[in-house]
Amino acid sequence: MDFALSDEQKLLEQSLRRYLAESVPATRVREIMATETAHDAKLWRDLAELGAAGVLVPEVHGGSGLALLDAALVQQSLGHAAAPAPFLATSVLGPIAFAAGTPAQQAEWLPRIAAAQTVLGAAFTELVHRRDAAGVRESNGRLDGTALFVIDAGAAAAFLVAVDRARIALVARDAAGLTATPLATIDATRRVAELRFESVAPAEWIGGAAGVPELAARVLAAGRVALAADVLGACERAIEMAVAYAKQRVQFGRPIATFQAVKHLCAEMIAELEPARSLVWYAAHAFDHRPEEAVAMSLHAKAHLAEIGTQIVRTATEVHGGIGFTSEHDLHLWFKRVGLDRQLLGGPEVVRAEGAALHGW
Amino acid sequence: MDLSFGPEYETFRAELRAFLEAHRERAPRGGIVAAGGSKDAATLAWQKLLIEHGYAARTIPKQYGGYGAEPDILKRVILDEEFARAGVSAGVGGQGPDMLVPTLLEHGSEEQKQRWIGPTIRGEVVWCQGYSEPNAGSDLANVQTRASEDGADFVVNGQKIWTTTAHLADMMFGLIRTEPNEGKHGGLSYLLIPMTTPGIEVRPLGTMTGRAEFNEVFFTDVRVPQANVVGRRGEGWKIANTTLKHERNMLASAGGLEASFARLVELMKSETRDGRRAIDDPVLRDRLLRLEARVAAAKYHSMRMLTASLKKEFPGVAALVTKLSGCEISHQIAALAIDAMGELGVLYDGSKHLRAFGMWQFQYMFSLGLIIGGGTAQIQKNIIAERGLGMPREPKAA
Ligand SMILES: Cc1cc2nc3c(=O)[nH]c(=O)nc-3n(C[C@H](O)[C@H](O)[C@H](O)COP(=O)(O)OP(=O)(O)OC[C@H]3O[C@@H](n4cnc5c(N)ncnc54)[C@H](O)[C@@H]3O)c2cc1C
Repeated sequence: MDFALSDEQKLLEQSLRRYLAESVPATRVREIMATETAHDAKLWRDLAELGAAGVLVPEVHGGSGLALLDAALVQQSLGHAAAPAPFLATSVLGPIAFAAGTPAQQAEWLPRIAAAQTVLGAAFTELVHRRDAAGVRESNGRLDGTALFVIDAGAAAAFLVAVDRARIALVARDAAGLTATPLATIDATRRVAELRFESVAPAEWIGGAAGVPELAARVLAAGRVALAADVLGACERAIEMAVAYAKQRVQFGRPIATFQAVKHLCAEMIAELEPARSLVWYAAHAFDHRPEEAVAMSLHAKAHLAEIGTQIVRTATEVHGGIGFTSEHDLHLWFKRVGLDRQLLGGPEVVRAEGAALHGW
Repeated sequence: MDLSFGPEYETFRAELRAFLEAHRERAPRGGIVAAGGSKDAATLAWQKLLIEHGYAARTIPKQYGGYGAEPDILKRVILDEEFARAGVSAGVGGQGPDMLVPTLLEHGSEEQKQRWIGPTIRGEVVWCQGYSEPNAGSDLANVQTRASEDGADFVVNGQKIWTTTAHLADMMFGLIRTEPNEGKHGGLSYLLIPMTTPGIEVRPLGTMTGRAEFNEVFFTDVRVPQANVVGRRGEGWKIANTTLKHERNMLASAGGLEASFARLVELMKSETRDGRRAIDDPVLRDRLLRLEARVAAAKYHSMRMLTASLKKEFPGVAALVTKLSGCEISHQIAALAIDAMGELGVLYDGSKHLRAFGMWQFQYMFSLGLIIGGGTAQIQKNIIAERGLGMPREPKAA
């Protein structure tokens, strides 16, 4: 047994973290998130150079041909930096979807993903549930309806769209009859949108018009593990900031870290985080190696990280006192990042209900 | 225990309900806001109307511009309930009416009461609280902003921070070091400072909500009459703590929680997921019921505290827990609202599909600010343990 990251995985993580720390500090994050699409083409190309954009793309198509655990490490690093990058939709959900595609689809899209030559958005919310009468239907080869909370929509050139809750279509952003409306959320480091379809002809169906069994379940499982990893990285960062601040901030003539109350806040955060890290690793591993557990573990990772993540970013804010509540201080970037991660592809209650149904309970 | 709503109370409720029905269109928009600071005509006119009818500043003596009624717990409860039910602004609140006015009633000179209470409760004079400084947060008595005597004036130099509404305020009640040789706590005075005095500079600080602002306030040779000290010189610590007591009650206002809870119920009845209402989801409904119990506990707790204070009894440790639990309930109400809306719950900033102008995210973040402000949760717990339970203090730093 060996429950640990491989040397290659550690290296991938280190090189990403080093790059992000140097090139995407919070000041840069703020600049990128203030732009309309929150997309930085150079950052995206650099992530391709580092092997991140194509982490899940098979080697024959120019990627690294790695597994979801490797992708989760990338997502975690992005969460740690609060980096604005369309990794989730383009580099996780995209390759997982295209794995079920035709050889022609794979040959067309996967090399471009690995080389950061395209950005995808993912309209998968309605695979989970429908709000505000959303949902995209197909009739006579045309798509109608709306998709909400489309992930990484800011700079997307094309969208993967869940249709009738089962099949996945690929639609170009400039397709006739398609309108994309940005939706503002608390988290400005990523862009979600509403897509409105009026008799839109899909560019193509992933794996054919009949759909591919289990494809919806697979993209959801991968997306949920990635979101859990993003929370994991964001929380690592929030804890680092809280611990560093507590050691340096003086009140009553001593560093606040000398107060047991403050120590315990920090200890509680890390005591929640470390087991959760192992859960995310296992869920990512299960996706590729333990198919019978893959979905259940993705649900646990998503729901559990959402719960502890919410608690951790709140606690980290409390450790900072008044300064943690300001917009000038960077901590709220992670507070809000976790807030969005919590709800995307289903909040904890929604996800746990799926888990119970999966168990047949 | 006697909670019978006799005929007098039924009449009071019926009149209030009729009043709210008849006049609700005149109320300023935005629900029940405790932040204060708005001096627009609608707000001031509404406040005037409420005071005339005894629905605001109810127990403030007539000679200071209030309605002059005897304190009455049941009427207080009816007021909270009916304003919450109607979803209508309960009038001007915030640091002036809710914190300074009770402090002046307790410690102010007759002249100070005459001068400040009326305009404050009418919403004409907006106040900010100048306590915290960069190095005096939890350790509030470490205030370094100092005043030296010069004739009949003080000359103030230093800096305050996190000062809510300072950018809107006419006046500050501040904690200032006036007695350099009287030790950490004994050297402080409670000073009323006009914000228009030359030498005061207000710099806004953004909050994570992207909306509400607080500020830094800088003092350079700011002249304030010594007559503006409330109580005696060197008594500032004691008086500031009177204000803090009122702040903690304000922050955890049971009426505010009830109104917020009522809005949550409405939200959960109208939001749907796959066509099913949030309130029909047993898991969310269970969270809702837990909160309903906590809101009820907070409400009856505040009735109990009010009774004790009217009887001039000290309720002991029970009086010290209000802020800790109240701010938490407010945070949890917003957290449930967000989860009930799911992805819709993270929308903000005027987004399409946004509910209630983003009020729930705002409340979620702002209540976290209130868990920190007015004495952090950890400081509250220290107070509860030390003053409430008689546990010894943490040893001083070596
Ligand atoms: C929304 C908001 C509005 C505010 N409005 C005002 C205002 O209008 N006027 C005003 O004067 N101030 C205001 N404040 C300031 C507020 O009172 C302070 O932020 C608060 O008292 C904490 O002080 P601090 O920010 O310096 O944090 P610190 O005191 O540095 O606290 C940092 C952390 O250390 C912990 N800590 C410190 N000492 C101890 C101890 N002895 N034991 C255990 N833990 C400890 C704290 O609990 C916290 O977790 C406001 C703050 C907020 C967030």
